[in-house]
This record gives sequence, C-alpha cells and structure tokens, in this order.
Amino acid sequence: MRIQAIVVRIIRQFFRDKRTLALMIVAPMFVLFLMDLVFNGESYEPHIAINSNVPHQLEIALKEAGAHVKTMTKTKAMTELDEQQIDAWIEMDQTTLRITLEGSDPSVSKTVLMTVQQAMQTLMPRTEQKIAVETVYMHGSEDMAPFDYFGPVLIGFFIFFFVFLIAGVSFLRERTSGTLERLLATPLKRWEIVIGYVIGFGIFTTIQASFISLFAIHVLNMMMEGSFWYVLFITFLLAMTALTLGTLLSAFANNELQMIQFIPLVVVPQVFFSGLFNLDTMEPWLRSIGVAMPLYYGADALREVMIRGKGWEAISIDVYVLISFSFLFMILNVFALKKYRKL
Amino acid sequence: MAIQLQHVSKQFNKKEVIHDMSLDVHKGEIFGILGPSGAGKTTVVKMIAGIDMATKGTIHVLGERMPNLQTMARIGFMAQSDALYGELTALENLDFFASIYGLKGKKKKQRIEDVLQLVHLTDDMKKAVHQYSGGMKRRLSLAAALLHEPDVLILDEPTVGIDPLLRQAIWEELERIRQKGTTIVVTTHVMDEAEKCMRLAMIRNGRLMAVGSPDELKKQTGAQTIEQAFLHLGGMYA
Repeated sequence: MRIQAIVVRIIRQFFRDKRTLALMIVAPMFVLFLMDLVFNGESYEPHIAINSNVPHQLEIALKEAGAHVKTMTKTKAMTELDEQQIDAWIEMDQTTLRITLEGSDPSVSKTVLMTVQQAMQTLMPRTEQKIAVETVYMHGSEDMAPFDYFGPVLIGFFIFFFVFLIAGVSFLRERTSGTLERLLATPLKRWEIVIGYVIGFGIFTTIQASFISLFAIHVLNMMMEGSFWYVLFITFLLAMTALTLGTLLSAFANNELQMIQFIPLVVVPQVFFSGLFNLDTMEPWLRSIGVAMPLYYGADALREVMIRGKGWEAISIDVYVLISFSFLFMILNVFALKKYRKL
Repeated sequence: MAIQLQHVSKQFNKKEVIHDMSLDVHKGEIFGILGPSGAGKTTVVKMIAGIDMATKGTIHVLGERMPNLQTMARIGFMAQSDALYGELTALENLDFFASIYGLKGKKKKQRIEDVLQLVHLTDDMKKAVHQYSGGMKRRLSLAAALLHEPDVLILDEPTVGIDPLLRQAIWEELERIRQKGTTIVVTTHVMDEAEKCMRLAMIRNGRLMAVGSPDELKKQTGAQTIEQAFLHLGGMYA
C-alpha cells in the first residue's frame, strides 16, 4: 500500500510538471530525429577540380564514381581549395597523377581518395599505361586522425556545455534561495547584476578555457597549427556566450531539473550543426539553422586556427558574431529580470 | 507620513490578490501587518519595498512615489527566507551587502562591527553561514537589513521559527532601532507579537479589515485579546 501511495504521488507530481513530462517524451524523439538527419543523409560526393591535362576518360570515370568534377586552372583551384569550395585538385605530371587534398577533414580526404581509386580501377583495364598516384595535403596529413578534426569542436562544445550549465544553475540558485529578491530590494540596477555575473564568472571561464585548451593541445596532442592565443580568445568568447545564454535561460527554469532540461533543447542541437558531422550531406535549409548557433561559429574559428593554422582574417567574422551573441543575451537578461522587479 | 498606500490593488495573472488597500504608516512607529498566511502580507511589503509594483493605486515612501531606486536606498528589507549566501561567512555576507549599499572603507568596517554586535554574532562572524542555526541566520538577515542605517525598515515575518527568548531579544532590538527614529513595518501571523506593535493593520484575503492600535482594535470589537478582535473582524467578511 505504501508503494502504491508513492507511485500515485509520483504520477501526480509528473502531471503537475507538464514540461518535464513533455520533455521525457519529446526530447529523445527530437535528438533521434537529429541523428537520423545527420547519419541517414546522402553519402558525401566530393568536389574535385581537375587540370585540363587530366585524361578525359578519367574525368568521366570520376563523375561515374560520384564526384562533382570541374576543370580549372591551378591558381584558381588553389584559391578554391583554401576556401574549402573544393576538396581536391588533380593534375597530371608526366605519368604521375598528383592529388592535392584540402585535408582538414580526414573523412572527406578518405572519400576523395576512394573515389579516385574507384575511377582508376574502372579505367585500368582499358589503359596499358601504368599511372602512379601521388597525394599532397594542403592541411593536415595522412596520419591525421578523425579526432584531430573533431577536437576543436569538442573543446568548444565542452566549454560551452559546462559554462552554460554551471552559470545557469548558480543564477537559478540565487533566485530559489531568495538572494536575488534580496538583491532586488537594494538600489542595485538590473544590468549591474547581469554585468556582475558576467565578470565574476568571466574570471573562472578564462581559467577554465586556458586549462582545457592547454590540456587538449599538450596532453592530448591535438593538432595545433595556429596561435595558442587565438584559441584562448575564441574559447573565452564561446564561454561568455554560454554564460550569458545560461543565465538568461535560468530565468525560465524553476529548479535545477528544469535547467537541465535545456541541455537537449539548446546544447545538444548545437553539436549537430557545429561541424562535428559533415553538414554537406544535410538538406540546405537544415544546414542554415546552424547560423543561429553560437557553437557553429566557435567551432569554425577553432578549426581555422588549430587545423588550418589561420589567423585573424579567417576568424574575425566568427569573433564578431560571438561577441554579438553575448551582448544580445546580456541585454535580454536585463529584460528577463523585469520578471522579478519592474524597475 | 513615512508610508502611504492609496487604493492599492495588485493582480497576479489576472487574479486580484490585494483589493483596494489604503493605509498610512507614521514616522517612527512600529507598524504591524497581521494576517493569516496567504492573506497577502508579503505582497504588500514587497510593494512598499519597491520590489513589486501595484497594479492600481499609488504607494509613497518618505514622500516619494514607489518604486524608485533612490528611495530604495533608504529602505532596509528583511525577506521571509534568509537570503544569505551559505558558502560565505557572516562577515563576507555583510561585506557584500554593505558594498551593494555603497558603504566603503572605515565606514563600512564600522557599520559591520556595529550590526554584528547588535545581533550578538561578533563571535561567530568568521563561520560559514550554512553552519549557522536557524535563529542565527534570522539575526544575520536582520543585521544585513540594518547595515545602511535605513530610515524605513521592512521585516517580513522576522521571528518565524525562532525560540521565544530570541524573539524577545529581537523585539527589544526593534524598539531600540525605532527610538533612533526609524520607521518599522513588520508582518506577523503571531497574535502576541501584534500586541507589541504601536499600530496594526489586519488583513485577510487581500483586504484591509481594520487599522488601529491594539487597544483601539480591541475596544472597537469588544474583544479581550487581539486574537478575538481578529476573529470578530474576520467574521464580518466571512
């Protein structure tokens, strides 16, 4: 009987908290949906540029193997490779077929090489001539592990995730413990509270960002081509975005559990759109959702610096977007606090 | 007049919780707001303190229309829950609130010492607040509300869950603060505490039932005690 009483009570509590109930059912479906979109997308079709000296038969064979093939000059191809418009550049150097790979995503490199191999195999029986293949990597190398490619995204993700949660929960505790109300009974202005939180937490997120970046690069030996200071700067900005978003959303949670409910809704989707998975296989309209996600910019900037060794020009837009996100969330937070004090 | 409420109503989600309430609190008095829990006492004091806004009507504190931040700097507020940071020591808590009120340097140090002495917590000031007993936390909350020497002190159920001895001490303290010219508004649902107020507002279901000194209220209803007076007045609305 006592067990029954407990069961009834729990059922009642669940129906009082309809959001938790909805989340239990809707959230897993939502995440599964995202996984489905990502993993059941069409197989990746590499974009390959070829020099005009590449035999026509090979071009046809490459197209049959599923590649998008364009003919262009070497200069143009190098620019497009650098801008990631194309994945590889193929040219004939006497009897050698030289493949230049963009190289930062190991899975794309692998697809390109497999496509070329497949094309060559269909060609071989017809050509007596033996063709040697030489592979050149623009970024990365043959030894580059998928983790090197995921690494920068994971650094960004974990910083974002934990700062979001911790900042959100501590701001929430300020409310549930009554100290927020106590603060609002003082002449303290709402924006002062927001700024106070940003600075207070900012100190810890800076420390956190440094530790995680140092650990990833020096302990995990993650690929690191660019400047460490850029990495630190980007992770710091990403943490600030997470901090401001976390404190903002905590205004819409009544307890810790409801704060955690924001993870599958706000944090997990960002993983799918941040480049951890190849977005090129996704429907273009879906891909554009990523534009609204802070992690998308953080991950992009980290990859530019860590894998491609780029500098300010490559990351400046990402940096401006992250700063804008932080300011937007801070302003919204000042308004959200109106819920507790109108003035 | 220290506090003036004129035809104040408050709605939450279209439900009116305070109905057309008007009352005055004189300078330098201890004014009690008496009523059962759920009567709207906290809502009324939160509006006076400037945290909440009246839906209709006006509230003036020290001659200024509420809410406004300048006047809030002259109000001390002690919430029903002990709004303290458990991880911090008493000293750190007071230092935080003193800084929020703009106290600095020697003046801040002096005020913290004064209020700690006032609530007899000087010996425990270096202890983390989560190690404090319920009574100690109440006293520290009171100390935090007194730091900036407010002209108006608002206390929401200051003695709830406190033993009679300590309750006595707090009331003696309030009397001393009042003698220095501070106006005190205190909510309570304990009848014998109401007797200690100079004037009282009795509220029930968000309505003001009566205002007056404890003796006046008793005389008005022909009751022997405040409790009887309250029941009598409540009966008129039941």
